[in-house]
Amino acid sequence: MGLTNQAIKEQLNLKFPEVLREWDEPFGMLTFSAPADFNLKILQYLFDDETLRFRFLTDLQAVHYPDRIDEELAVVYHLHNLTENVRIRFKVYIPVLKPDVFSATALYQSANWMERETYDFYGVNFVGHPNLIRVLNVDEMDYFPMRKEFPLEEQTRVDKDDEMFGRG
Amino acid sequence: MARPVQFNNTVKFEGIPEGYMGSGFMATNFEKVVSLARKNSIWPLPFATSCCGIEFMATMGSHYDLARFGSERVGFSPRQCDLLMVMGTIAKKMGPVLRQVYLQMAEPRWVLAMGACASSGGIFDSYSVLQGIDQVIPVDVYVPGCPPRPEAVLDGIIKIQDLVQAEGLRRRNSEQYQDLMNSYGIQ
Repeated sequence: MGLTNQAIKEQLNLKFPEVLREWDEPFGMLTFSAPADFNLKILQYLFDDETLRFRFLTDLQAVHYPDRIDEELAVVYHLHNLTENVRIRFKVYIPVLKPDVFSATALYQSANWMERETYDFYGVNFVGHPNLIRVLNVDEMDYFPMRKEFPLEEQTRVDKDDEMFGRG
Repeated sequence: MARPVQFNNTVKFEGIPEGYMGSGFMATNFEKVVSLARKNSIWPLPFATSCCGIEFMATMGSHYDLARFGSERVGFSPRQCDLLMVMGTIAKKMGPVLRQVYLQMAEPRWVLAMGACASSGGIFDSYSVLQGIDQVIPVDVYVPGCPPRPEAVLDGIIKIQDLVQAEGLRRRNSEQYQDLMNSYGIQ
């Protein structure tokens, strides 16, 4: 058995003492969070370190938690060590009023479109992104549709009787 | 002797337009001749984005055979086609594309919205989907269904044919038609 979750956790805690929080292992996948300022340092360390070698960014997205005051938006990185076939999940929390987080595009080219998508749907402002514009939605859209304050249903529609859809 | 099994004994022929006929000549209204020709030689332009497109393929196939109605030739160039058939969900991002295709078609042109999505957005009551193509282009016939069966598509085509035949030659120059185009911001 190569890289275990316990070993990753110990190594990261040694390198970043008092920084990492919310350790968890849902379905065996190591998960932790850090303050938003640390995201690039931690990603860089996970990338560079010869034993960790998390060099593949599987996925990057955001989650909106309206109840977490001052850390409403979570930006989630899914990382993969291809040689050991180990995956981890890394989160940073940012306030919805100032959703700034450093862009990972310098480290992972694949972060480019994923960060654009995350900006498109959640309005996360990736500082340092080369081209932070909408990628999936229409350019004229003036809101971030996946944030919880916006209803899923199309608001321009006039022919639907709300009572028939259980939201009268 | 009559054959025991007879096929195609219910073929309906297109009626001869009203007019004055004699030996070797016929005098009739020019408008009637043109609309008769237009009606039975519609070139459809399929704009198929999802499952309705599959039903349309069945409609084009040998079993239902849209060619029986004079629409043998499905064109894929807007400039040559008369009937824009929009089949499937149109995302908001696709809206300008659809509109561009419509603008490239030459007059006279007709539009058929096939299925719930093209007609009203259907089940996709969502921020990303156009809630009916009539928000961007005028529609002549709506075919309901999710997706509609080929029979329903044929019925819609026949409805279009009725419209084509009933339409006067100068309708496209009328003020009413100009107003309709202007309401969509089309010159």
